[in-house]
Amino acid sequence: MREKILTFIERNSRVDIKDLAVILGADELTIVNELAAMEAEGVICGYHTLIDWDKTEIEKVTALIEVRVTPQRGHGFDNIAERIYKYPEVHAVYLISGGYDLMVILEGKTLKEVSSFVSDKLSTQESVISTATHFILKKYKDHGTILSKKYEDERMKVTP
Amino acid sequence: MRNPLADRVVGIKPSGIRKYFDIVNEMKDAISLGVGEPDFDTPWHIRDEGIYSLEKGKTFYTSNSGLKELKEEITYYLKRRMDLDYHPEKETIVTVGGSEAIDLGMRAMLNLGDEVLIPQPSYVSYEPCVILAGGKPVIIELKNENEFRLTPEELLASITPKTKILVLPFPNNPTGAIMEKEDLEKIAKVIIEKDLFVLSDEIYSELSYKHSHISIACIPGMKERTIVINGFSKSYAMTGWRLGYACGPEAIIEQMLKIHQFAIMCAPTTSQYAAVDALRNGDEDVKMMKEAYNQRRRYLMHMFQKMKLPCFEPYGAFYAFPCIQQFGMTSDEFATRLLREEKVAVVPGTAFGECGEGFIRISYASSLMNLKEAFERMENFINKRRKEQG
Repeated sequence: MREKILTFIERNSRVDIKDLAVILGADELTIVNELAAMEAEGVICGYHTLIDWDKTEIEKVTALIEVRVTPQRGHGFDNIAERIYKYPEVHAVYLISGGYDLMVILEGKTLKEVSSFVSDKLSTQESVISTATHFILKKYKDHGTILSKKYEDERMKVTP
Repeated sequence: MRNPLADRVVGIKPSGIRKYFDIVNEMKDAISLGVGEPDFDTPWHIRDEGIYSLEKGKTFYTSNSGLKELKEEITYYLKRRMDLDYHPEKETIVTVGGSEAIDLGMRAMLNLGDEVLIPQPSYVSYEPCVILAGGKPVIIELKNENEFRLTPEELLASITPKTKILVLPFPNNPTGAIMEKEDLEKIAKVIIEKDLFVLSDEIYSELSYKHSHISIACIPGMKERTIVINGFSKSYAMTGWRLGYACGPEAIIEQMLKIHQFAIMCAPTTSQYAAVDALRNGDEDVKMMKEAYNQRRRYLMHMFQKMKLPCFEPYGAFYAFPCIQQFGMTSDEFATRLLREEKVAVVPGTAFGECGEGFIRISYASSLMNLKEAFERMENFINKRRKEQG
């Protein structure tokens, strides 16, 4: 049941609980309890909204930053990751296998804001060896949702 | 000038949906629950394989009965999903949709005047195919109280010395009915006793929600007298690719192949390459789509209950077939008024046979959002009618 609930609300967190119960063939109380339990356990971490900012007047700049760091004895990458993710402008931090260690996703208002974060705050961290910043030019698909095209039903309206 | 037309063709009634289709098409903001095909796009990896085959220049005819790899994959698939054993070369033919397989089956098996039993309500093409093949369609009217399943009594009552074939259209379009193992066993007894053949249209086999679909060919003694028809349209959302297949006894498939070879040559090559990928890598897609249909199906049943619209629980395909007799209208009137007043398109049950009178077909191959809006409108419509009735 948990998997079914999560699979559904991952794509539509605004679904009515009553509807969700009907759709999944469970009773309402089960759904309410499972949701509460998963929130308490931190399985469900939030209910966010997917926004295509490019369609608004609001300017946003997103950058992917590859960061190479020296891991610390006893803490590995956790300490440095924490020092980075505590900045509110940092959207995501992942530990990565391969050519570098941390992938930092940063959102700022302007290019300048992003570059000053990298040069002033990120590169100056003691264990950071190097950074490479990539700016996102266009988002085609985000969180499993295609942003560029609108779905149109091209089927004939009545068929046997 | 002489009459250029064949009486046999002129005598066939045009599809009941046609007239209705024209009205719906004129309406801009109508929500349609009248669509008989999946609302999903063909999974991308399948489309990509089709494109790749074009890039590689695979644009020639294939062998008449279909690509060897595809026939092999079909037999593996039937084995793993339905426990059926067929020989890929001798007992399998790839066709232009399940529709062609129906036509081939009739033409390969019918002599002039042979009778074919067609349970209705059912898909619109069986009757014309029988007529075009020189056979005589005999309709078995299925009943709501049996959840539109075929009973051995109904079958027995329709058999004459001329009866040769029984069409078995389950999971059913338009009712959503299925035949469970016990149901199949009961009718199989009659079929064997009366020495009939079965054309089993299992195009909706993957959309079976109570338990996995069981083919009648699995019932002992039935495989040698059954043509199993299936295809890619419904399970893999590949309607426009026009690809289906038939499996059955070598002697029948051989004759079907003869007609196919001269009339069609071979099924579209691009579609065949794409279908190989569908069968090799598409199980997850089928599961995902089935789950989505099942969610909507539950929503529909809930709404019928709320609206007090009687409807047996459909365990197959993506249709529900509620009864609208309480409103004192024919199916046609109900559907037309629902469309005119609330802009929701459903198909009158009579489009699938006269015994569909008093019912409408609702297709849930439509997003939950659409279904929600459509059911709100339908509830509105029904409440108004109830108020009028007092």
